[in-house]
Amino acid sequence: MTQTPRTLYEKIWDAHVVAERDDGTALIFIDRHLIHEVTTPQAFEGLRTAGRRLRRPDLTLAVPDHNVPTNHRFEPITDPESAAQLDALLRNTKDFGVELIEMNDARQGIVHVIGPEQGFTLPGTTVVCGDSHTATHGAFGALAFGIGTSEIEHVFATQTLLLRRAKTMEVRVEGSLGHGVTPKDVTLAVIGHTGTGGGTGHVIEYRGPVIEAMSIEGRMTVCNMAIEGGARAGLIAPDEKTFAYFKDRPRSPKGADWEKAVAYWRTLATDRDARFDKSIVIDGTKIAPLVTWGTSPEDVVPITGVVPEPASFADPTKQDAAQKSLDYMGLTPGTRLEDVEVQNIFIGSCTNSRIEDLRAAAAVAKGRHVAGHIKQALVVPGSGLVKRQAEAEGLDRIFIEAGFDWREPGCSMCLGMNPDKVPAGERCASTSNRNFVGRQGPGARTHLMSPAMAAAAAVTGRLTDVRQLMGAA
Amino acid sequence: MDAFKILTGIAVPFGAKNVDTDVIIPARFLKTIQRAGLGKGAFAVIRENPDNIFDQPRHKGAPVLIAGDNFGCGSSREHAPWALTDMGFRIVIAPSFADIFSGNAFKNGMLLVALPQEQIDRLMEVAETDEITVDLENQVVTTPYQDRFAFEIDPFRKHCLLNGLDEIGLTQAMDKDIAAFEAKLAVDQPWIAGAAQVA
Repeated sequence: MTQTPRTLYEKIWDAHVVAERDDGTALIFIDRHLIHEVTTPQAFEGLRTAGRRLRRPDLTLAVPDHNVPTNHRFEPITDPESAAQLDALLRNTKDFGVELIEMNDARQGIVHVIGPEQGFTLPGTTVVCGDSHTATHGAFGALAFGIGTSEIEHVFATQTLLLRRAKTMEVRVEGSLGHGVTPKDVTLAVIGHTGTGGGTGHVIEYRGPVIEAMSIEGRMTVCNMAIEGGARAGLIAPDEKTFAYFKDRPRSPKGADWEKAVAYWRTLATDRDARFDKSIVIDGTKIAPLVTWGTSPEDVVPITGVVPEPASFADPTKQDAAQKSLDYMGLTPGTRLEDVEVQNIFIGSCTNSRIEDLRAAAAVAKGRHVAGHIKQALVVPGSGLVKRQAEAEGLDRIFIEAGFDWREPGCSMCLGMNPDKVPAGERCASTSNRNFVGRQGPGARTHLMSPAMAAAAAVTGRLTDVRQLMGAA
Repeated sequence: MDAFKILTGIAVPFGAKNVDTDVIIPARFLKTIQRAGLGKGAFAVIRENPDNIFDQPRHKGAPVLIAGDNFGCGSSREHAPWALTDMGFRIVIAPSFADIFSGNAFKNGMLLVALPQEQIDRLMEVAETDEITVDLENQVVTTPYQDRFAFEIDPFRKHCLLNGLDEIGLTQAMDKDIAAFEAKLAVDQPWIAGAAQVA
């Protein structure tokens, strides 16, 4: 019997169907539930009110990240509401028997960094978390997506979710990347190509030579922003790099289980003749280092370009949105991006806070100094273990000597929910994922870019083509 | 979730169109750790006026809210149905509802009744003086004055509301299927179980 060729997504989906219903939905088993302090308190409250237990504490891992301060970590938290959310996580995980990596544990960090780091996220698993950037875990060939509070409660009580099968979309990145072009530029280029709604209703699989050649950290950056393209999940087929990454992680399979797991993971890649509902191809050789100019992640332009004229967009609603974006960003059409001065630098977030990101930023910062007018230049490692590794490599010294602020792990300046914020009217060269109005603080103006580009902006004080600061390829 | 078949009670004739979730519960009330208690922030801007419709003695704790077109548009925050429930509302009657709000309301046991504008106008008038009856079983809204307005509802949602089944309760009814899946998983992929508590 020959089986219909299937995509990676279809294989993971099929392996997790508990039951199918007449209305086209299926009950899907959840292998991994990551939780943090912001979206879970009401879900725990719901369990308590209904007198329900948490079905699988052994598949649930908690870590605080959104609200945690990134300095003065051992002093009491000053914001009473943040403190209440952190206290609630402590109490709830204790009451329901959930493993918690506490704020001052060396393994603490951003939930999407620590999941794989701990070997909790694994290929072929379903991973959910009450955070839209759960898509990050797709880099390992895990079907991973963000969920709302009612869905969190549903997973707590049943370890399942009632879902409808998504459409499949292939994003092929052909060729290779030029000098100074990074995975962040790839993911921004894809969003620039598809728009923020291009992936709606779909699960994206990133494929092709550029993705295959990419490091694990880089793949995480690419999948992280699938949601900014409208796709609830992004996927990359697990390969030898993936297996090597998970070998001997604290929670990954050991001994005979390891051999069995790898054998299973090798079967997950999309079959040769499998069909996708939608397919786009991007030429990697044509991607330049990118920055955003507006208030939507699709507003990307090469660093060598200029701020666009709203009239240059065909769609009248986009023209209107572009004008509003430019007003908010305080930018004039025709201005060279390289002439735009910035006051704040943020290197961190679940998009770009891993060791490779810090190495790339440090390579630019080394022997240089943050420009005099820069008010804040934060480097925030994604986890305590990333921080330790960076310190072992001397990266912290490079950053500190260059005038950067070396911080404790957390979500930090990505979302203005903790003390790290960009003041109103000021610009930030940021390695995070969203340049929405007010995202980094009320009135804050965000330019998204890669870690190397953010480091370049820090040392020149304006948006800068990092290639000018790098040695020959 | 409490079962719901028929309810007679006071309705608040609010009537506003395009009420977004920021109006229902402003963002500054979101940094809470509870569902309960959000009622105090519900319609906060409207309620800054002491003569507002919600705080009139007759309307305190009323179970029915009558609103205009496109109720619940805007942000997906689940705090909107939490806030309405906390105020005492179990039913919202309006000409139409925003999609995401509609799903969130259902997940939280609220009944949304869609009726044409002229029937809404009539109910607004009656609500000034009399109670309104919403009969889910027979899918009809009635008043003490012979008004009988039939409404449509998704059969699955009706079934859940009539029997007090929330989605979690329904899924828990499939416990055998889940347990069978877990048993097979434990054999096929023994590395899945227990991972959170290792190390």
